[in-house]
Amino acid sequence: MSATWPLWEVFIRSRQGLDHKHVGSLHAADAQMAIANARDVYTRRMEGVSIWVVLSGNIHASSPDDAGSFYDPAEDKVYRHPTFYEVPEEVKNM
Amino acid sequence: MTANQPTPALQHYVLHLADTHLILGQRLGEWCGHGPVLEQDIALTNIGLDLLGQATTLYEYAATLIADGRTADDLAFLRREHEYYNALLVEQPNGDFGVTVARQFFFDTFQQLFLQGLIHSSDVVLAGMAEKALKEATYHLKWSSEWIIRLGDGTDESHRRIQKALNELWMYTGELTTPAPYETELAEAGYIHNPATLRERWMEHVKQVVTEATLTLPPADAWMNQGGKTGRHTEHLGYLLTEMQYMQRTYPGMKW
Repeated sequence: MSATWPLWEVFIRSRQGLDHKHVGSLHAADAQMAIANARDVYTRRMEGVSIWVVLSGNIHASSPDDAGSFYDPAEDKVYRHPTFYEVPEEVKNM
Repeated sequence: MTANQPTPALQHYVLHLADTHLILGQRLGEWCGHGPVLEQDIALTNIGLDLLGQATTLYEYAATLIADGRTADDLAFLRREHEYYNALLVEQPNGDFGVTVARQFFFDTFQQLFLQGLIHSSDVVLAGMAEKALKEATYHLKWSSEWIIRLGDGTDESHRRIQKALNELWMYTGELTTPAPYETELAEAGYIHNPATLRERWMEHVKQVVTEATLTLPPADAWMNQGGKTGRHTEHLGYLLTEMQYMQRTYPGMKW
């Protein structure tokens, strides 16, 4: 049965005000069943107050092969952090 | 009669409720490790554990009403077949996934209506148990209704199988809304709602879901099997109890 059911990624928000976090994946025939299955599989121990499900096929990920060209160039750009700049005395709140 | 007076009728009634929850919980537990997919394996045992939790509360209450020294565990594990008062529906074997879904759907529809009434009972223990259980039962009914629709409106095979399951279990549904003598007595005393008053709304919900699922129901006036609520069971309960009671019978008083 599961062989014909698509895979879904499950995101759970653990408390009001927090973000949804990826917790795992499961099989289901459609979105509604995916939410019900996620409720049973991933919220049994009070892990969450909200569930998102996304068809795994709809998630497009960066390739590990690109890691060098994607992320390494940011290494020596400390000036991109706000803490790089000294705030003048006269500026009280920023 | 005043609330919480431990009359024989109330003792029977609380045992009837406890047994119905325990036996169905035990049946669902049989699916553990055998579900059609991992997600439904967990869903089935979640529902089973909800029912066991409710049964625990009910047996503890029954033990205080009966007050003959037996504990909740003794009542659950050390009675004989004819001393169980569960409805016949819940002791029916799991069959295929369709039979389990159909059994659950008939039960959940009744259970939700029943708990909605029990919340207003003058019996504080039962009313408290109902309040907690209603949230669980609402989810159970959503789960089983969804599956009736998916199986009925699914493939040819799923349609054929769930229709067969509805037909075969139909004769056990009448008992849910037919009062046993102790229920009539408690209802007349204003202690509980007579389950017969739920019949119409039960049928309404069942029909609505079954129709959406492109399935049909056997005639409402079909012959209905009775007896579980007064201790007369189908042949299936004995086998279930043999397995369920094995540990307590073999190693009396064991805990883990």
